[in-house]
Amino acid sequence: MTKPLSEAVEKLKPSGIRKFFDLVSEMKDAISLGVGEPDFDTPWHIRDEGIFALERGKTFYTSNAGLKELRKEICSYLLRRQQLEYNPDKEILVTVGGSEAIDIGLRALINPGDEVIIPQPSYVSYEPCAILAGAKPVIINLKAENEFRLTADELKNAITPKTKVLILPFPNNPTGAIMERKDLEEIAGVIIEHDIYVMSDEIYAELTYKGEHLSIASLEGMKERTILINGFSKAYAMTGWRLGYVCAPERIIKQMTKIHQFAIMCAPTTSQYAAIEALKNGDDDVKEMKQAYNQRRRFLVNAFKEIGLNCFEPFGAFYVFPCIKEFKMTSEEFATKFLEEEKVAVVPGNAFGESGEGYVRISYAYSLDNLKTAIERLKKFIEKLRNNK
Amino acid sequence: MREELLSLIEKNSKIGINELAVLLGANEVDVANELSSLESDGIICGYHTLINWDKTSIEKVTALIEVKVTPQRGQGFDRIAERIYNYPEVKSVYLISGEYDLLVTLEEKTLKEIANFVSDKLSTLDSVLSTATHFILKKYKDHGTVFDKKREDEREVITP
Repeated sequence: MTKPLSEAVEKLKPSGIRKFFDLVSEMKDAISLGVGEPDFDTPWHIRDEGIFALERGKTFYTSNAGLKELRKEICSYLLRRQQLEYNPDKEILVTVGGSEAIDIGLRALINPGDEVIIPQPSYVSYEPCAILAGAKPVIINLKAENEFRLTADELKNAITPKTKVLILPFPNNPTGAIMERKDLEEIAGVIIEHDIYVMSDEIYAELTYKGEHLSIASLEGMKERTILINGFSKAYAMTGWRLGYVCAPERIIKQMTKIHQFAIMCAPTTSQYAAIEALKNGDDDVKEMKQAYNQRRRFLVNAFKEIGLNCFEPFGAFYVFPCIKEFKMTSEEFATKFLEEEKVAVVPGNAFGESGEGYVRISYAYSLDNLKTAIERLKKFIEKLRNNK
Repeated sequence: MREELLSLIEKNSKIGINELAVLLGANEVDVANELSSLESDGIICGYHTLINWDKTSIEKVTALIEVKVTPQRGQGFDRIAERIYNYPEVKSVYLISGEYDLLVTLEEKTLKEIANFVSDKLSTLDSVLSTATHFILKKYKDHGTVFDKKREDEREVITP
């Protein structure tokens, strides 16, 4: 068989993370600081509800949009935690993780030639999903001096008459950056003026360590143009359950539901039952995990300060993004050498876009003991690098 | 800060003041002051070590004893509880709701010593009506810590 495969897909670059993954998995007893998922188990009462759903034989498809009770709980959660009002019947779609929501959201919005603005460094899926939806990705390279926040000027410069949607990935993977009220208000002005949509990926919303997370959808004039993505993976340590949701105006949800219906049917039923329990009785679990993350975050920021490694203080997600430019190496060289010499795996920043070059992502979804060992090794490694100069 | 501080040292009493300060995002003087006031208020009552004695060659037998007693006029259960907890081999005494009144944890070297304690010392107390002794066969989890279970990190080493 020689007929060509899809050109668009063949042209996609594989994820930079994947390349590094192969390297790490060959190495025995390496410590990894490379994961983007919580180290906690899903809280037991949530797992128990999943088991109970199986016991009761809840093993059939749910409605395309997801269990009605779950959609209701999502709405009451968003109202309780973020003062957002959504209609469970028309404005919520339960998806297979936030990642499905990104994909079908873009496909529902894009016409050929439309431009999608993607601030980077950011999660690896936005650009390929935009390309596969037929859009032209327009990258904004976020700057360390702005603590990797998106500014109104940067946004203005990226907007053209063809701009359809801005992807807003905060709290951010991999930088840990957040957008506070004044940051959001500034860009909201530009967004409304140019009449574009926003896809706000707020999967890390609960993991905000400076005040409470604020959704751009809660600003005046924004809800009608916002596709809000959230899910259970990060807040409730439920990555393997593959469950997310998207909230948007009815006319958008309607179109997204069609794609979801044809491609997916519905999100996993067991996971949906477990998620109802998470939203009903999981607030304390979230609080507890967040407290542990925050302690680790402070530990790392303090350790970098002691080592003299340049790093802005991140206030979201579970990543720190230190700068390694002083060592005159690319992030990939740094990460590879660190892995080879000290057996610690961190993710090269360029995996998240060109502007991540010169940085590495360090995840603190690890126990403090683990982080302490890794920091000792980092100290040793950096001393060696500095002395060789 | 108090609640977070307590939950940190409840899990690890060896943790130093400088590390506590980093984890809590507070300064060391404040942490030290808070600790000493927690101690003087009797909120922190001691710093213990959790030992899995099963892994040593030292013999230990632990029993949980349910005790039914007659409360005493004017003093309720306090007087009889004190009579019991004054024995050094008694590790803990709780007043319990339900079928019986006191739950006593006893640690000894042999079964026989426990039997002797129950028959000679505990049962003979005037206000003790009856006792039921349960021996602990294996400890799986104590003070929130699971014994003997090292979990491998099953996550993929690098994930986006």
